[in-house]
Amino acid sequence: MANFGNFCLILSLCLSLYALIAALVGISQRQPRIIRSAENAAYSATGIITLTFLSLVYLLATDDFSVAHVASTSNRALPIFYKVAAVWGAHDGSMLLWVFVASIFSGLAIYQNRRRYREMMPYVLAVLMVNLSFFLLLNLFFSNPFHRLVQVFADGSAGPFLPADGQGLNPILQHWAMVIHPPIQYLGFIGFVVPFAFAIAALCSKQMGDTWIRTTRRWTLLTWIFLGVGLILGGKWAYVVLGWGGYWAWDPVENSSLMPWLISTAFLHSVIVQERKGMLKVWNIILVVLAYLLGVFGTFLTRSGVVSSVHAFADSNLGKFFLIYMAGVLAASLYLVIDRRDYLKSERRLDSILSRESAFLFNNLVLVVACFAVFWGTMFPVFSEWVRGVKITVGPPFFNNINIPIGLLLLFLTGVGPLFAWRKTSPKSLRRSFLWPVIFSAATCFVIVAAGMRNFYAVCCLTLCAFVLIVILEEFIKGTFIRIRKKGENPFSAFVNLTLKNKRRYGGYIVHFSIVLMFVGFTGNTFNREATRQMEPGGEMEIGDYSLKMTGYEDGQTANYDFGKVVLDVYRNGKVIGTLKPERRIFKTGSGQMTTTVALHSTPKEDLYVVFAGMSHDGSTFEIRANVNPLVYWIWFGAAMMVFGTIITLLPNKRSVVGSRQ
Amino acid sequence: MVARMKFIIGGIIIVVALFWLGFVGFEESKAYYITVDEYRSMQESLMGKTVRLAGDVVAGSIDRSKPQMEFIIGSGESRIRVRYIGNDIIPDTFTDESKALVEGDIAADGVFRARHIEAKCASKYEAEYSNRTSS
Repeated sequence: MANFGNFCLILSLCLSLYALIAALVGISQRQPRIIRSAENAAYSATGIITLTFLSLVYLLATDDFSVAHVASTSNRALPIFYKVAAVWGAHDGSMLLWVFVASIFSGLAIYQNRRRYREMMPYVLAVLMVNLSFFLLLNLFFSNPFHRLVQVFADGSAGPFLPADGQGLNPILQHWAMVIHPPIQYLGFIGFVVPFAFAIAALCSKQMGDTWIRTTRRWTLLTWIFLGVGLILGGKWAYVVLGWGGYWAWDPVENSSLMPWLISTAFLHSVIVQERKGMLKVWNIILVVLAYLLGVFGTFLTRSGVVSSVHAFADSNLGKFFLIYMAGVLAASLYLVIDRRDYLKSERRLDSILSRESAFLFNNLVLVVACFAVFWGTMFPVFSEWVRGVKITVGPPFFNNINIPIGLLLLFLTGVGPLFAWRKTSPKSLRRSFLWPVIFSAATCFVIVAAGMRNFYAVCCLTLCAFVLIVILEEFIKGTFIRIRKKGENPFSAFVNLTLKNKRRYGGYIVHFSIVLMFVGFTGNTFNREATRQMEPGGEMEIGDYSLKMTGYEDGQTANYDFGKVVLDVYRNGKVIGTLKPERRIFKTGSGQMTTTVALHSTPKEDLYVVFAGMSHDGSTFEIRANVNPLVYWIWFGAAMMVFGTIITLLPNKRSVVGSRQ
Repeated sequence: MVARMKFIIGGIIIVVALFWLGFVGFEESKAYYITVDEYRSMQESLMGKTVRLAGDVVAGSIDRSKPQMEFIIGSGESRIRVRYIGNDIIPDTFTDESKALVEGDIAADGVFRARHIEAKCASKYEAEYSNRTSS
């Protein structure tokens, strides 16, 4: 099976290279037959890569430990659910997952548009195949998951090696969020290849309308939501598995998934300006190129450990290939933009600073600055090593100092954007539309300050949240009332129809609402509390309104690990509210790694977060750390709302004809 | 044109303000990231500066009997004694021979005072899944 997988990998590389060459030949000779052949080769590549992927799943499911990847990421006792997830439990398998997702995306994008855009599609095909071939090459030569284990005998000869059991999947990855997080994150990293391919194809074929933007609108949105969900799942996993009490630490791996999200958020907004006003054409192409490159870069960072290890950059061949590829893509894209600049002239200029265009521009500026700051902070160790020969790292204060004000600025823009009209806003309408949001947010500010909140950023954030909330509510209420009056609908159907008649706009407002909820959740961070205590059975500790009483200790084992749980009765203001059992696991495979499993009591007001941090050698005292983290609930709830809002914007419109502009 | 100028001026104000905030945060949180080996050769110039030191935990050196845990990390031929003065819990992955990353500075007695420890297991786990204590 490993040989079969390897063979499939080589075959799919040949197919995608053939598709690339055939597409280019087809374009230059204007031969539809050759282009058809290229399309078919691309579909076949998708099929064969699917087989490759399945053969790795098969190897893992059947415990073939002669294969290095299987031996290092799985073991016999591992539940089948995690055996499949072990495909992305190490570097080489995740590259195969990458290639698999990329091939599915390429196949779908080609199939979906095969009868449209005769001029553009061969270029789209070619770009998609460049991307696929590059990653297949890496997968085959630098990170091949089908390599077998080899043992070298004393006489210098080598032979196959079959260990009795594998080393097992890294225990901290054995969690539901880590099973689905990597594939979703990859869908986000890779998805931008489609809008990118259309943008490049539009430049090549000089079809510079906004066809490429309209056609790829759904791709863009889907990719964006995958990136967002990937970020949130990663945060959720860090929160419940790593056990240090938070969900975000400005770690290079986290940053690498945040950067494409920031740029794609900018892109989602700036394309609206191009569609409505014919402005920002060059800018949009640059953003889509950056979004694609940052996706590739994110893969590279998460897979290569360039930043996290002291000196890895120079040693890594993989790193050089990634850099050459990214530099090549960037240079080619810039060349095309400069060469085609006559087709990219703006149709209008900015009329007024108090206009929706201007709100979008500021939104873009701020998002790009945020992305740049995150990039700078993440890569600074690498840059400083190049320039001065010594790695210098920067910590959370750098990232927070820049990104908290940026977050608040964005929240502000989310509020004022919908209040501004396109082109320019009259002072009269400004006064009218700002009236209620300002009154309500000022009242909110007054109440929270009177209630004793003194943290500047927290007060600003909640005030702005109130402002945005009222703006969104007003939009919905105004629209609903108009429908009730004009069409005589009842309030509920007026509300639903309003949303469904203009899904893009009102779905967008729902997403904005979800962002408000998440910001409320982030604000909670300011008021986190923490307490640590050594406890014996019968001991008690207090934190916030809670008291924890240790009533016992349970231990036992599963096929995969031994566990110990501290049993704690939880009281709130003197009343029992439940039992928490923070757990420690010692895994039987590998070097016997220990993991903690956080016990959570989560309410909309706050999370009680309890970790079994350690025990004394004689087993008599147990170290318990408890955190009270206010409002974290709203982050996860907001994320669900964000998915819901995005789904609304993705629903098909009854009357719309894709690609035509009225 | 006026609108455009206003946008550009507004943009510059925002960018400059953010740049300044970033610079402050940078100065506050920058740390030299080096191995124990390199640290020994640069020790003079790093006095009083925040350093992130990478090395392997010397087997048997972890001493939890004192109020503040002590251990020795090393790389190449160099060794350094570390005292953990932070408040976070020690990561599960911190054991004999694990790869450790300690952040702090050197005390007058030559012991490295770590405010923060990260650790990852010796061999099999990939870099990005390093366990950590952080805040």
